Amino acid sequence: MQGQMTAPSIPGARPRLSLEASDGQARRRKIVNGIMTTLIGAAALLGVSILGIILGYIIVKGAPALNLDFFTKAPPALGEAGGGVAPAIRGSLLIVGLASLVGIPVGLGAGIYLAEFGRGRFADTVRFIADLMTGLPSIAIGAVAWALLVKRGIGTYNAIAGSVALAIIMIPIITRTTEEILKLVPNNLREASLALGTPRWKTIVSVVLPVARSGILTGVILSVARVSGETAPLLLTVLGNSFASNNLRGPMAALPLEIYQYATKSPFADSFTKAWGASLVLIIIIGLLSLSVRLAARLGGPQARR
Amino acid sequence: MSTSERRGRETATIETAQTGIADGRGMAPASASPAEMAQAAQEKAQVREVIEQKAGGGVSLVAEGVNAWYGSTHAIKDVSMTFRANEVTALIGPSGCGKSTFLRCLNRMHEVLAGARVEGKILIDGQDIYGKGVDSVRVRRHIGMVFQKPNPFPMMSIYDNVIAGLKLNGIRKRKSEMDETVEHSLRGAALWNEVKDKLKESGASLSGGQQQRLCIARTIAVEPEVVLMDEPCSALDPISTYKIEELIGELKQKYTIAIVTHNMQQASRVADWTSFMLAGDAGYGQLVEYGRTEQIFTQPQDKRTEDYITGRFG
Repeated sequence: MQGQMTAPSIPGARPRLSLEASDGQARRRKIVNGIMTTLIGAAALLGVSILGIILGYIIVKGAPALNLDFFTKAPPALGEAGGGVAPAIRGSLLIVGLASLVGIPVGLGAGIYLAEFGRGRFADTVRFIADLMTGLPSIAIGAVAWALLVKRGIGTYNAIAGSVALAIIMIPIITRTTEEILKLVPNNLREASLALGTPRWKTIVSVVLPVARSGILTGVILSVARVSGETAPLLLTVLGNSFASNNLRGPMAALPLEIYQYATKSPFADSFTKAWGASLVLIIIIGLLSLSVRLAARLGGPQARR
Repeated sequence: MSTSERRGRETATIETAQTGIADGRGMAPASASPAEMAQAAQEKAQVREVIEQKAGGGVSLVAEGVNAWYGSTHAIKDVSMTFRANEVTALIGPSGCGKSTFLRCLNRMHEVLAGARVEGKILIDGQDIYGKGVDSVRVRRHIGMVFQKPNPFPMMSIYDNVIAGLKLNGIRKRKSEMDETVEHSLRGAALWNEVKDKLKESGASLSGGQQQRLCIARTIAVEPEVVLMDEPCSALDPISTYKIEELIGELKQKYTIAIVTHNMQQASRVADWTSFMLAGDAGYGQLVEYGRTEQIFTQPQDKRTEDYITGRFG
């Protein structure tokens, strides 16, 4: 070792560089950091606990209503004990299923179009309308469906009108989430595929969509969950039905309508319990749906993902 | 005179030229053990074997009066240049001179960007790739591309990445043939030994240098005639860079190669021909000088070229 080493620190002498945590600025930063961390932690906790309270309340209140009959039987006369919400479960599945059948492909298609080809005035217009539609009150959409498909069209309250209203609510949600997710896919993957001599459509289907799959699925599930709980448009279109019905051109039972009926139109305590029970069933159905879609996506996906 | 003789002589002259410019292949790991050296030699032999099996060689690519725009921005103006069959042509120049843009024009990747436009002719095998009735997808099957940032498909395994070009193009082969293509292409990209036991793992799990060689394997799996490389080593460490440069030296036997690089030593090491591009005050990039690498680096004809290669250039 040659040359002058830096002089060893002289005891008591103040070092030239301040690395001390006791420095005023450093201390203040630590305090602010602590406060901010606590605040955002509290915000997260608040959000989760509100959700937990709602869920817990519904479970506590709804669980007593649940038994085999509740899932398999039709509702009894108002105020009578027993019976179940089987027609409503079936009606909800039918109405939401039909809405998804229309809404998911249209929403996905529009989202893919906007993200992959959407340049120019037409695309901007589509984007603008989709944004407007996400903000439309669902009861307004229900009213339009009522005017076109109940008052005119089929001429009576019917399930199709309800599905159309729900599909209209779903489409802009799926369109915009799909577009945003696809925009996150790095462009160099598209270019890598194109440079191999892959046609544009094949690049989108085989390279871009698989990368974005989980994000797109989240958007789709969210939209299905959202419309499953919609009540206002169904009141104006599907109306409700105490009997099991497969007739899409007539009134049909649905879980949100059942909850509404039991909670508001009946003085009996048993009806309230049933309303809670129906709420719980709705949550369980959405939960199961979301879980199974995610599971299916994971099983069908690549093993090694980082 | 056979081509191989000619090529041999040229390589010799270029290697002499290199020693004067940069320290040649000095980037090779200096302290390699005998075992490592034996493995490297074996790998090289594998690469050569694979490349020699390729049916047909590279074909030349001729650019005539190429202009490119991004929207209303004129990016390159009137570039004419020849990429000779089975030789490496380097494109050098400062950032923003349009060399990458020009490279992307060569396989119709420029037009993929919004508002991008190309004019001029690019002839491959006598046909203009911008001619009427020419399908850009077909063009890209003959003119492959390796990008600056390694971009393996993240949702695919190493195996699937290699055959991605075939699968995406709907080419169906039996499993055994696919296996063969994968091994063949990975050997050709000097990656086989490192990944042969983990072909099912994600391509994204490899190191940057390995990912770039995976991208090269993916490109040669579709057997193009021309391979374009856009700064393929700029994100890689010296050892990975060295491996890829070695590979380029082997690949040129059967492929025509165009490489954009910011690294002048790299150009002098790998290229037979070099072109220097520059963006003038007007903003668009133009070709300043084109010639044998040796000549460009030792006796540049243009003052601007000399300024750039000697580092006097701002």
